[in-house]
Amino acid sequence: MQYTEIMVRYGELSTKGKNRRAFIDRLGFNVRETLHDFPDLVVKANRDRMHIQLHGEDSSAVMARLQQVFGIQNFSPSIKVERDVEAVKQTAVAMIKEHYQAGMTFKINTRRSDHDFKLDTNEMNDLLGGHILRTIPGIKVKMKQPDLILRVEIRQNGIFLSSQTIDGAGGLPVGTAGKGMLMISGGIDSPVAGYLALKRGVELEMVHFFSPPYTSEQALNKAKELTAKLAPFAGRIKFIEVPFTEIQETVKHDVPAGYLMTVQRRFMLRIAALLADKRDDLAIFNGESLGQVASQTLESMVAINDVTTLPVLRPVVSLDKNEIIEIAQKIGTFELSVMPFEDCCTIFAPPAPKTKPRLERARLYESRLAVDALIKRALAGVKVTEIRSGEKFLTENSDTFAELL
Amino acid sequence: MIYFDNSATTKVAPAVLETYSKVSSSIWGNPSSLHALGEQAFGLLEQSRLQIAKLLGVAQDEIYFTSGGTEGDNWVIKGTAIEKQIYGKHLITSSIEHPAVLNSMAQLEKLGFEVTYLPVDQHGHVSLTDLEQALRPDTILVSIMAVNNEIGAIQPLEQIAAVLQNYPKIHFHIDAVQGIGKGIQKLIMNERVDFVTFSGHKFHAPRGIGFMYKRRGRKLAPLMSGGGQEKNLRSGTENLPAIAAMAKALRLLLTDEQEKVARQAKIKQFIYENVIKYPKVTMFSQLDQTFAPHILCFTIDGVRGETIVHAFEEHQIYLSTTSACSSKKHVISGTLNAMKVPEKIATSAVRVSLDEHNTLEEAQEFVRVFEQLYQRFAKIN
Repeated sequence: MQYTEIMVRYGELSTKGKNRRAFIDRLGFNVRETLHDFPDLVVKANRDRMHIQLHGEDSSAVMARLQQVFGIQNFSPSIKVERDVEAVKQTAVAMIKEHYQAGMTFKINTRRSDHDFKLDTNEMNDLLGGHILRTIPGIKVKMKQPDLILRVEIRQNGIFLSSQTIDGAGGLPVGTAGKGMLMISGGIDSPVAGYLALKRGVELEMVHFFSPPYTSEQALNKAKELTAKLAPFAGRIKFIEVPFTEIQETVKHDVPAGYLMTVQRRFMLRIAALLADKRDDLAIFNGESLGQVASQTLESMVAINDVTTLPVLRPVVSLDKNEIIEIAQKIGTFELSVMPFEDCCTIFAPPAPKTKPRLERARLYESRLAVDALIKRALAGVKVTEIRSGEKFLTENSDTFAELL
Repeated sequence: MIYFDNSATTKVAPAVLETYSKVSSSIWGNPSSLHALGEQAFGLLEQSRLQIAKLLGVAQDEIYFTSGGTEGDNWVIKGTAIEKQIYGKHLITSSIEHPAVLNSMAQLEKLGFEVTYLPVDQHGHVSLTDLEQALRPDTILVSIMAVNNEIGAIQPLEQIAAVLQNYPKIHFHIDAVQGIGKGIQKLIMNERVDFVTFSGHKFHAPRGIGFMYKRRGRKLAPLMSGGGQEKNLRSGTENLPAIAAMAKALRLLLTDEQEKVARQAKIKQFIYENVIKYPKVTMFSQLDQTFAPHILCFTIDGVRGETIVHAFEEHQIYLSTTSACSSKKHVISGTLNAMKVPEKIATSAVRVSLDEHNTLEEAQEFVRVFEQLYQRFAKIN
């Protein structure tokens, strides 16, 4: 069908009292950002609904994007017709026919914001219902749980008809809950943690540690491509890469094997915290899940978390691996995550890391290192890039070779 | 020059050759190497695979590169035999397959496998009843070609697929060497097929390269054991220049496929209608939907096929006695033999095979020369 607009219903944000306006404005901004390459669209974020006027743009492409915008409860593609009963009748029949299969039931649901219109809601329901019953043989009316609901909204500027309600992504508009930093590796968990943070309205920046030549260029590209997979939910994402080779070599050389992991992680968290501070990020997110690997015990978290007072938030902390994988598959990061490149978390993994490291020990071993100097040098090599939705970084996924093929 | 022997081989397209030479000179790393040169080559290899997969509407990991149609056929048949011999030793094929299939089958027979060769009717089509009767509990493979290389008959692939839906364990192979780019992709890449083999040089890619579709989850023993390339199923350093060139050739082939097919069908029809008028002509290819749009096989009774080929050659028109593979061996066409065409007529058969670049003007010239030659042969006949 040639829809003329998409009507968007807000989610939780309608309960946000005084902040409501700010939430709606932000959602409007995010929607415009997501749909920036549809030049003819007009997005109107009103108090109770958002109206996206299509002006000829492809409704299904627009709706596919909308499903990735947090803060939307659901939306309906609609058709605007003149305030003329005959025109409404015609469109109503076409819309029902689009989804009608033998034996289905329907009802009409009219709302009137313009009370000057000549028919009231009941009269409109009767008129359209009767017309559809006469026009489509076999169709029946059912008030409770019909198969098809045709919504009719009578407004001053026209009459809007819709027959479908499509679920949105829920959550809160990205950016309304402040800005945080996600420690992204190449694994399955951290992108999922990022997705969940975005879902609650957090704007994210990514920090990634890489250790050439122990980790390959491909591992770095993989983290970037994972970031690009999250971008549709977030708009553009800043990707901060931190060279970590010297720190890892030093830790490996100077710290007892059992505490390698703990001390390394303390370094990562320190650096992330310093960057976050500088970049006005209010919290650090990571993909830790309790009990999954040796470093992910409460003892280990205590020993690592010690280096910062910033909140370290772990959205997947209590999820089972299967639950994490399910989300990863849903958001399209899983297949990438399982590509076998060594990342900085897997190299130098000691054969038997301490599952219950002690905080004093970790502090003691660390104190033997030139912590500040190491961190300073790592920070000097930091590179920040901006990643947008759909970008490809892995060579086998990029279209570098388009002209050859 | 008029080249009407495209089922034997095709001319490498200039754009394809360009890719071949660019890749040879600038992306020559081994895709298995870990360094950047290898990574770059690996990237191109996988991009080529992805492009081919997309063009066929299948997944990237279902495409395997081979050295061509013959290897593909050998691999599916012998690989299935090795993989599945504990479940059964019976294979089914048709009596008009390409020698790559028939001779692979013959080799397996010597090793104790049993093969049923389905007969064909007078138009070169197998019957479903024969297939159904041939199926046994120990059948492990059904191998059927999409388009016969000698007369252009299209086998009833969808119906065969429907029959085999009831036998989910049997491997179903389609030799699509002559079928790609001929407007029947939906029949070939059907819901039931497990393996499909292709050859690059039949669609303007270089020699020595081909590929196979293998349905995800189907098992096939490798014939080339070695360094583990192609997921350890087909070892040997990948022929990257040819692979990239083939991916491009396939894209070019399938661009505006319907239009190209319609043009070839029109040329075929033109020749058909102008040749069949002569009383001594016997036509084996037909114009209906059960025949490919690019192959026309006929005889002038009493004149040997090779005589006709050479006579046309004097006018710079190149055609072939049935299949190129057997044409130098003075054996009669296997397909026509299976169609029970008398030997005397079968030895006269010639084949016109078109590609998307042939024109109606070439066909007019062909018909003009045909007329002339027909009169000339009438004197000695």
